[in-house]
Amino acid sequence: MTPPESATLSKPTPVEEKKELIQEALEAYPEKSRKKREKHLNVYEEGKSDCGVKSNIKSIPGTMTTRGCAYAGSKGVVWGPIKDMVHISHGPVGCGYYSWSGRRNYYIGTTGIDSFGTMQFTSDFQERDIVFGGDKKLAKLIDEIEELFPLNRGISIQSECPIGLIGDDIEAVAKKKSKETGKTVVPVRCEGFRGVSQSLGHHIANDTIRDWVFPKADKAKKEGTLGFEPGPYDVAIIGDYNIGGDAWSSRILLEEIGLRVVAQWSGDGTLHEMMLTPSVKLNLVHCYRSMNYISRHMEEAYGIPWLEYNFFGPTKIAASLREIAAKFDETIQAKAEEVIAKYEAQTKAVLEKYRSRLEGKTVALMVGGLRPRHVVPAFEDLGMKLIGTGYEFGHNDDYKRTTHYVENGTLIYDDVSAYEFEHFVKALKPDLIASGIKEKYVFQKMALPFRQMHSWDYSGPYHGYDGFAIFARDMDLALNSPTWSLIGAPWKKSE
Amino acid sequence: MAQNDINKIKDHAELFQQPEYQELFQAKKEFECGHESEEVTQMADWTKTWEYREKNFARQALTVNPAKACQPLGAILAAVGFEGTLPFVHGSQGCVAYFRSHFTRHFKEPFSAVSSSMTEDAAVFGGMKNLIEGLAVSYNLYKPKMIAVCTTCMAEVIGDDLQAFIRTSKEEGAVPEEFPVPYAHTPSFVGSHILGYDNMMKGILSNLTAGKKKETTNGKINFIPGFETYIGNLREIKRIANVMGIEYTLLADNSEYLDSPNNGTYNMYPGGTKLEDAADSINAEATIALQAYATTKTREYIEHEWHQKTYVNRPVGIRGTDEFLMKLSALTGKPIPQELEDERGRAVDALTDSQAWLHGKRVAMYGDPDLVIGLTQFLLEVGAEPVHILVSNSNEHFEAELRALLDSSPFGQGATIHGGRDLWHMRSLLFTEPVDLLIGNSYGKYLWRDTKTPFVRIGYPIFDRHHLHRYATYGYQGTINLLNWIVNTLLDELDRNTIIPSKTDISYDLIR
Repeated sequence: MTPPESATLSKPTPVEEKKELIQEALEAYPEKSRKKREKHLNVYEEGKSDCGVKSNIKSIPGTMTTRGCAYAGSKGVVWGPIKDMVHISHGPVGCGYYSWSGRRNYYIGTTGIDSFGTMQFTSDFQERDIVFGGDKKLAKLIDEIEELFPLNRGISIQSECPIGLIGDDIEAVAKKKSKETGKTVVPVRCEGFRGVSQSLGHHIANDTIRDWVFPKADKAKKEGTLGFEPGPYDVAIIGDYNIGGDAWSSRILLEEIGLRVVAQWSGDGTLHEMMLTPSVKLNLVHCYRSMNYISRHMEEAYGIPWLEYNFFGPTKIAASLREIAAKFDETIQAKAEEVIAKYEAQTKAVLEKYRSRLEGKTVALMVGGLRPRHVVPAFEDLGMKLIGTGYEFGHNDDYKRTTHYVENGTLIYDDVSAYEFEHFVKALKPDLIASGIKEKYVFQKMALPFRQMHSWDYSGPYHGYDGFAIFARDMDLALNSPTWSLIGAPWKKSE
Repeated sequence: MAQNDINKIKDHAELFQQPEYQELFQAKKEFECGHESEEVTQMADWTKTWEYREKNFARQALTVNPAKACQPLGAILAAVGFEGTLPFVHGSQGCVAYFRSHFTRHFKEPFSAVSSSMTEDAAVFGGMKNLIEGLAVSYNLYKPKMIAVCTTCMAEVIGDDLQAFIRTSKEEGAVPEEFPVPYAHTPSFVGSHILGYDNMMKGILSNLTAGKKKETTNGKINFIPGFETYIGNLREIKRIANVMGIEYTLLADNSEYLDSPNNGTYNMYPGGTKLEDAADSINAEATIALQAYATTKTREYIEHEWHQKTYVNRPVGIRGTDEFLMKLSALTGKPIPQELEDERGRAVDALTDSQAWLHGKRVAMYGDPDLVIGLTQFLLEVGAEPVHILVSNSNEHFEAELRALLDSSPFGQGATIHGGRDLWHMRSLLFTEPVDLLIGNSYGKYLWRDTKTPFVRIGYPIFDRHHLHRYATYGYQGTINLLNWIVNTLLDELDRNTIIPSKTDISYDLIR
């Protein structure tokens, strides 16, 4: 005889337990702020179409948020990695200095001559520029760039906070200079105070590509000066920033299945590749959060479909390759199967070596815009289990998409504050934390293995089959390092 | 397949050298619209010329690869040296994310700071609401003993008045009336990170010491390190003071904060100068600043408001340390103990052992003003010749002081000071007038690649080498560290240049 249902309910469910945990974390807040934060923390319940958290809302002043700003989203993410353009950090020296070489967007080129990715160009605003405006300085600065770096293919002006506040007309300067030099000069209104995180910077940057790059591409196409013969298998990789070479270990697979990758946005990307993109047959979007805007625009304006794919871990890689191939003919589909089969042995070897060492380990994630969901299957491929996840700057649609990736009872935290994150980790005791540099040493001091999921902890690539091998190796070295067992003096332990 | 050996998984350093990736890179060029390699080579060669250098130095508006950061970075470094102190940056929040990342990457330690997360509405209406809520939230969540507020350029451009805002915050009960909330205005378009340090140090000291002046001194010496990123230096200063039996207050001591032991528990505020000790610093015998240009305003304030004598002593190299110890001895009447004299003897011994490898070596360097003066002192002592000295955050006083130092030695005669210049200027200098050695922070690795100048990492930030910040560059022991880094870099390079069998390995000597 089965016991009545109520008898089995005496123990709180995982969902209830975690909801209690959230309430505990909220207790420290002043009431008004607590009410605001409450909406950003929840537990995923199976069958629901959303993770049940509010997102993309202003961070509460005084919380330790990990979020950046619109400038970081535009200069650091979307525009900065376009390697053959000079990106001016327009305003005071700091923003450009701190974002200099921070993201490991790998590229091939001669830095300072035809490539500019690991350099910092700034107008280094002084008080007089704030008082009198910086437009004249900007115009002169662009002339100096043309003289000293003549092989640049274009310039972007990345506005820092003061630009919008003092009312500079960077659009006018951009138009004038573009006319003079014949090159693309893009003014970007990505002042740091705009929006609530770096996310708005992605959107603004996307809009400037639409407004300042595509019209030129359209014109060149019309005049036949684009220098490009479209083919039936042309695709673009959108929103892969080539961290540690991710876009390359992705590109190699797409080319192996017979597609022609004509553009990479934006790791190792060039302005010309951007110009070619309106001519492709399909846009392949890896980081949906940062590039959905321009992909939607191309769909509307040029009729180019787009597909969000995931190249983390063999399960998703195979599924994505099949999904991508399905958009093309049988030749491509057959090749996709061949490629999946080709890498089977490599993947098997990786799993044989690493799965037994990682099986059953739990992970808490907190990253930026796509990884809080995209890397989950890669952990699962290794037998690891996700117990909590959240975005720095995700939107509602990201949390909807996340439901496909998480299990019942997973803790969800949007724009988590340092205080909340520590509280959750102390209670849930995950075996691994996967987050960013600002969180890394906090958790390592708690004797918790940690991997940076923004920069791959200076390793990578993690995308594609070649990247998965490195991912597996890195999770093993993080979790199974003997150094963790040295923490705490033995004479203290025996007390 | 690229990952053909599961026992040796190739990451980026090797993976992309595999033939399939090399082919991919070649094929990608079709769509890049890059320049012909000949044109790139020609252009690269042109950038090495005197002609290019002249154009480069004629720049008026453009800054490329500057060796300076902005004020709030320095301000929050000053703040975390005080017990239980949470730095609070009033302005838009992205700045704080950058500061925290920057320090964390250098120190490999947690760095806690909050912001008032100002957005468009604050740009229009001002940031007072943000500051009030921010103080209440951070006070409740992070339980600090003090919140040190500084500004970003956004708050400065819209003209937010910190003093008034903090007063209102207290009136509205965001934090208790007696809770210390010192502040400093730190616009990013004025000065650099070293000025931010100075402004915040002054702000904190004036807050904590208000009304604490007594009739008699407390018999202590105050030390102000300045924008100091070598944890070993703070420990060395404390050790020297202890060895000499001197009572002191370090204003402020962030050595525990930036190098805390890993014992399995995370403490948000390790170490730090006790607030009551900092409050009592107004009653000290004297204040010694270990950097001049990061403490200018603070020293002026101490002289005028506390009526306390201040001195600048950089304990770098033998003579710098000698002067520091003699100053301490003169101020306190304590003799310099034999232990330190023996250390001096060992450091001098090391210098004479290595001098042949350094004598006449031509050196380029860049960094903050005080760092550069310290290094110049050291180089002149060992017979090396500073040639290009580049400081982005320069000023007239500094250049005059450095010039006098260079003029005092026959080895300093050939040096040129490049104030207000950046690392792209340095690149031209290194190509047109090559040197034997470059000294600077991690960004110098790009110059090392382009110009092949042997490169020693000294300064801030150092992102790409581990643990250097844990050492001292001060004192006699720090002198040995500087010597070690420099002479062994030269020897490493010599080996690298004489490593080809039967071709260059004639001089590949075992004993040097």
